[in-house]
Amino acid sequence: MATSEGVTASVHRGGQRSAAAILRSQMRNIAPFLTLICLSGFFAIASPSFATLDNLGNILTQVSVTGIIAVGLTFVILCAEIDLSIAAIANVTGIAVAYFTLQESYVNIANVPLPGWAAILLSLALCALLGLVNALGLTVIGIPSFIMTLAMMQIAAGISALLVRGQIAYKVPDLVTTLGSGSIGGIPWIVIVAAVMLLAGHLVLTYTRFGRYVYMVGGNREAAEYSGLNVKLILGSVMVISAVCSGIAGMLGVAHFGSAQQNEFDTYLLDSIAAVVVGGTSLFGGRGGIGNTIVGLFVLGVLNNGLDHVNIDSFLKILIRGLILLAALVINVYAQRLRARAAE
Amino acid sequence: MPQGRSPILELREITKAFGGVEALRGVDFALYAGEIHGLVGENGAGKSTLMKIIAGVHPEFSGHIALDGREVRFRSARDAHAAGIAMVHQELSVAPDLSVAENVFLGTQPTNRFGLVQWRRMAREAGEQLARFGIDVDPMTRLGDLPIGLQQLIEIARVLFSGARIIILDEPTSALSPPEVERLFTTLRRLRDEGTGIVFISHFIEDILRISDTVTVFRNGRKVHETEAAATSKAALIEAMIGKGREALEETYAHDITLPPRGNRPVVLKADALSLARSVQDVSFEVCAGEVLGIYGFMGCGQLELARVLFGKIKPDSGVVLIDGDRKAFASTAAARRAGIAFVPESRRAMLFHQEPVYKNISISVLDRISALLLKPARERSIAVRQVDQLQIRPAAVELDLGMLSGGNQQKVALAKWLSYPPRVLVLCEPTRGMDVGAKNDVINIVRELSAKGLAIIVLSTEPETVLSLADRIIVLKRGAVVREFAGEVVSKDRLLEAA
Repeated sequence: MATSEGVTASVHRGGQRSAAAILRSQMRNIAPFLTLICLSGFFAIASPSFATLDNLGNILTQVSVTGIIAVGLTFVILCAEIDLSIAAIANVTGIAVAYFTLQESYVNIANVPLPGWAAILLSLALCALLGLVNALGLTVIGIPSFIMTLAMMQIAAGISALLVRGQIAYKVPDLVTTLGSGSIGGIPWIVIVAAVMLLAGHLVLTYTRFGRYVYMVGGNREAAEYSGLNVKLILGSVMVISAVCSGIAGMLGVAHFGSAQQNEFDTYLLDSIAAVVVGGTSLFGGRGGIGNTIVGLFVLGVLNNGLDHVNIDSFLKILIRGLILLAALVINVYAQRLRARAAE
Repeated sequence: MPQGRSPILELREITKAFGGVEALRGVDFALYAGEIHGLVGENGAGKSTLMKIIAGVHPEFSGHIALDGREVRFRSARDAHAAGIAMVHQELSVAPDLSVAENVFLGTQPTNRFGLVQWRRMAREAGEQLARFGIDVDPMTRLGDLPIGLQQLIEIARVLFSGARIIILDEPTSALSPPEVERLFTTLRRLRDEGTGIVFISHFIEDILRISDTVTVFRNGRKVHETEAAATSKAALIEAMIGKGREALEETYAHDITLPPRGNRPVVLKADALSLARSVQDVSFEVCAGEVLGIYGFMGCGQLELARVLFGKIKPDSGVVLIDGDRKAFASTAAARRAGIAFVPESRRAMLFHQEPVYKNISISVLDRISALLLKPARERSIAVRQVDQLQIRPAAVELDLGMLSGGNQQKVALAKWLSYPPRVLVLCEPTRGMDVGAKNDVINIVRELSAKGLAIIVLSTEPETVLSLADRIIVLKRGAVVREFAGEVVSKDRLLEAA
């Protein structure tokens, strides 16, 4: 999936262009894949417990929550925008779904117990609403997405704080519990949900008119406007999609972790952005896709998981992750330049 | 020109090529202290290129420059500036987010001995300078909040008061109102009398004749004529600019063209009293089915803004657009497209997706007609193939990235994207700019065919040839207002230039 678009493109061009030119223009897709293979190879040799089926399951489970958030974020980054409120929206949605569920008597939260379906719908409505506020700030008022979603990050964290008031809630609706922490035939539901959402994101981006518009707006916003596209509607939509994906990740995440509390999702902001960008989706918009995001998720998952299997100072791991992310960013920017040169 | 003195600036045998195309061929030029030297010539004649060489913007050229009789070679604009040469460029180059005072002192802010900016002193001095120029604004206002004309005046003021001995003004009056032009001229005359050498480039030949002591005419990268301003006339200068000689006749439409009489075809688009800040003033016109309306004017005459108002990109301050008699207020370009307006801007970069294949570029504007939810790639490709075929886009490969096509073929793609579902009105900005003769002719033929099919077409251009070769009727814009309409009569390049 990662290189499907690239492969068709290069087949058609094969006659006119040299292999080197194709390689250069596909750098964005090839580099993350090579990174993944190298990392996997390294950990497989360094640790006998890494390359096992069990551990593959671990990695898949570990990247699921990030993966669900990354689906929506891919749309946003393809449009050359950013969403910094994803983790905070995931958090508040997870807390909301617990807030609307009957908790055990020892949980000291003045909550509003509702039937499970109502709790889920209300929580989804909440994250969609927050996404809509992002969308309106970006398109109607014209606040850059970086700043708008930074504010939203605080707002969502604020709502979370008001709902739980420093307490921890445990119960969520049964459906959410099953999808977040249950499994079927040995496969965790959360992995299945992540896979389905990634697939859906890929289908929307590749086969729908809306998906084409996302790529075109990201590729050249001015040209999209002069082609008579409703650029604001498209930008607004991706912000809402991003918030809803984060919300779903938040609900399932709460069930997965077994509790809903403040600041539970903080690390997912960087992880999700890293997954999308490491995978090769261009920060300048218009290039990349869900295939890239999947590769990025695996790079991050293998890295996080593999570092636990080898004997490394646990404080060094943070630095290593940072360096890998930097390398990916360098490749991302460099690939953009190579491609621009190849196009000339 | 002043006799018996040596020039402060002398250029000999200047030749400059851009990627194999010669922009200047062996040009000599001399500027004296206490002289205002007017430069005229068509777009691309080489005026701006020569001035940019003087100002150090183009360090690569062959030939010699002597300043006060000593040979110099500027490697950058900074070098030229240090030697006392300052230039106001055609494109506004101000910092809109800084204050007026900071713009006036850009790069030369007064500082105290700790290197800190002396804000109060800067504001006071900026205010004084601008007042001398007749500009009354608070120096601490954000420059971007001022009207474009005022911004241009402030940029000019910065250069005029920079203490430079040689001042080059490239098209400084295009966005200025008549009283502002007067103020500029008063200041220029004073600087001249103080001994400054001034080069003044303008399309407005009346302005050139009024302000200049000497006038030089450029054509096709050559200096073709130099005269004292008092000894020439507008007609003589226009003739020198276009060249009545054999060399360029068939290319330049210097001969007369008779516009067809206006039939009684239905009006498709009517613009009624459109106004936009300082750029468009009370513009009204109609376009009929099957008619090509040419809108001609010099750079900065407001036609680009007018075109964007028609396509819903900019909201006019007042006035309405009517399509088939219905009043339309476009909230977005998407609304304008749905109302049947197609738009090709003057810059292909602003219109096309260079990293996407040709077929996606062609289908983008009609995607909602061919697919509801899911894309139909086969249909997209067949539409693209048909357009590529009809407009003879080469190479005829719809899978190729657009960026790999030549400029002329890209321009055809920019047209093609609107044609698979023909619009009611086609608005074309500079449709043949920067294209070779063959591609130009192709585009002209395409536009004529579309017109024959009954499309209402508006062509906006700063190139008289483009308008003359395409239009059935021509209106001339000058400083945002319609000053002349040519319909059913004889028109020529001279007459267009004369009117603008």
